[in-house]
Amino acid sequence: MGGMTGFLSIDLPAILAATFACLSCALVGNFLVLRRQSLMGDAVSHAVLPGIVAGFLVAGTRDTFPMLAGALVAALVAGVLIELVRRLGKVEAGAAMGVVFTGMFALGVVLIEQGAARAVDLDADCVLYGQLEAVLWFGPTDLSSLADPAVWSTLPRQVVQVAVVFFLCLALIVLFFKELRLVSFDPALADTLGIPAGLVQHGIVALTAIAAIAAFEAVGSILVIAMLICPPATARLLTDDLKAQVALSLLVGGITGVGGYVLGAFGPLALGFETSLNAAGMIATLSGLFLALAILLAPRYGVLAKRRRARAAALDLAAEGV
Amino acid sequence: MLQRLRSLDFIPPKEAGVSPLLVKGLTVAYHRRPVLWDVSWTAPQQGLVAVVGPNGAGKSTFLKAVLGLVPPLAGTVEVFGRPLARQRRLVGYVPQRESVDWDFPVSALDVVAMGRYRMIGWGRRVSKAHRQAALHALDRVGMADFANRQIGQLSGGQQQRVFLARALAQEARLYFMDEPLAGVDAATERAVLDVLRDLDSQGRTVVCVHHDLQTVADVFDHVLMLNVKVVASGPTREVLTDANLRATYGHRASDAPLLP
Repeated sequence: MGGMTGFLSIDLPAILAATFACLSCALVGNFLVLRRQSLMGDAVSHAVLPGIVAGFLVAGTRDTFPMLAGALVAALVAGVLIELVRRLGKVEAGAAMGVVFTGMFALGVVLIEQGAARAVDLDADCVLYGQLEAVLWFGPTDLSSLADPAVWSTLPRQVVQVAVVFFLCLALIVLFFKELRLVSFDPALADTLGIPAGLVQHGIVALTAIAAIAAFEAVGSILVIAMLICPPATARLLTDDLKAQVALSLLVGGITGVGGYVLGAFGPLALGFETSLNAAGMIATLSGLFLALAILLAPRYGVLAKRRRARAAALDLAAEGV
Repeated sequence: MLQRLRSLDFIPPKEAGVSPLLVKGLTVAYHRRPVLWDVSWTAPQQGLVAVVGPNGAGKSTFLKAVLGLVPPLAGTVEVFGRPLARQRRLVGYVPQRESVDWDFPVSALDVVAMGRYRMIGWGRRVSKAHRQAALHALDRVGMADFANRQIGQLSGGQQQRVFLARALAQEARLYFMDEPLAGVDAATERAVLDVLRDLDSQGRTVVCVHHDLQTVADVFDHVLMLNVKVVASGPTREVLTDANLRATYGHRASDAPLLP
């Protein structure tokens, strides 16, 4: 398998899976970053691990539904546990979250090791780094075959899964944008208006869990955490309008998804090395790079812009002879 | 559409004598320490009410408990004769400015329009008419020129006026305001006082946490003197006496500036 067929069967499905995973995470990540709850994405994506593994062990397959169901149960359990630890231990929410999500992640790793002992096809590496290379599309043979609907029906399950989740998140966020904006900005006002802030906040956590679960199989939990935070944080620095921020985060997420894969897969070859880099790692690195650039160069919040304004203010003062 | 929604909330005729707000036995505790103890109070039919008391007297907690934002241990709240949950449309709230993150990427107009989200309904867009109403509310507090400004770029007083405009945009009958005059500039003070007088003349009831005893009598016709329990309540002239002030503020003279 070489040339165009190789690209269509190996690289294209991987790019699609990675990009949709990036887009879903970037989209829901906006509301975590706004509520200064970026760590929540980290917590959720770790806490759902035992549920994913349990779903996998019980069903014995990598089908989406059992793993998703297990993960949602785990997310619920994590929510209850965090609240219990917070109340009984009289500690702040961050501490309770830290204890619960590391504990549940550890439980997930133990379950994986136990599963591996029973020769189950699941290991800790694929949880952390994903298995983009396992996303294969045995359908298209050349570009013209992409015009055939029958070829699209053979699209790999992982791609369909992340695409469905992305469009679900997009639809919900477009439909309830007004409520999400209100609850993220001023939950107390939402409550006095009779719009239940707690319900909407739980909805955000549930969407985060769904996006994280759908994305994690393809790209792993490290990339999930990076994509939940980096594109929205980058977009936040570039605009003061929430709609523009969400749109920009999707743009950044899409560019890092495609760009990171292409750089990882073909970058070293182009430089004359006989190897390629882990695509998920490259995507996460690229998203970090974009965030660093935004921190430096953003028009209003960037380090350079702030320094320029400070210098201009100092010059003004000097000109006035103070 | 507005008419239909409004008809869901029940406002008895003035002659019926049903109070806009009836609080019975409201008790709130944080970590087993009582903050409000058995507070019962009936708001006047209309007018401006100051809630006064020393720091830690539970003034803000009183507003939040009445609005259902903190869970009470005991007590009931009725708005125009019905439980609050069925009358939310009639109640407006101006929280303390520090309660939100002013770096949030929204414009002043976006924030004011939030006051109308319940009228607009779940999953619907903010229509031109609602946007216009929000702009009108901003205009009433002298902030129409700042409609498209991101809220973080406004001064503290301007932010306070945005919150006030948001409450006006709610078109409520009963308002709760948490220290709307605390630490504001002269222009904002004028705007707040204008709005309070407007609401008064429209027959609305406004319950304001107020810290400045010097100005209570100038602005408010009624006072509720609170220190965990209700110390006194009624028309300002009758209730704001030295004896009641001492009973409210205790011996902490620093908390109780003497009346002019």
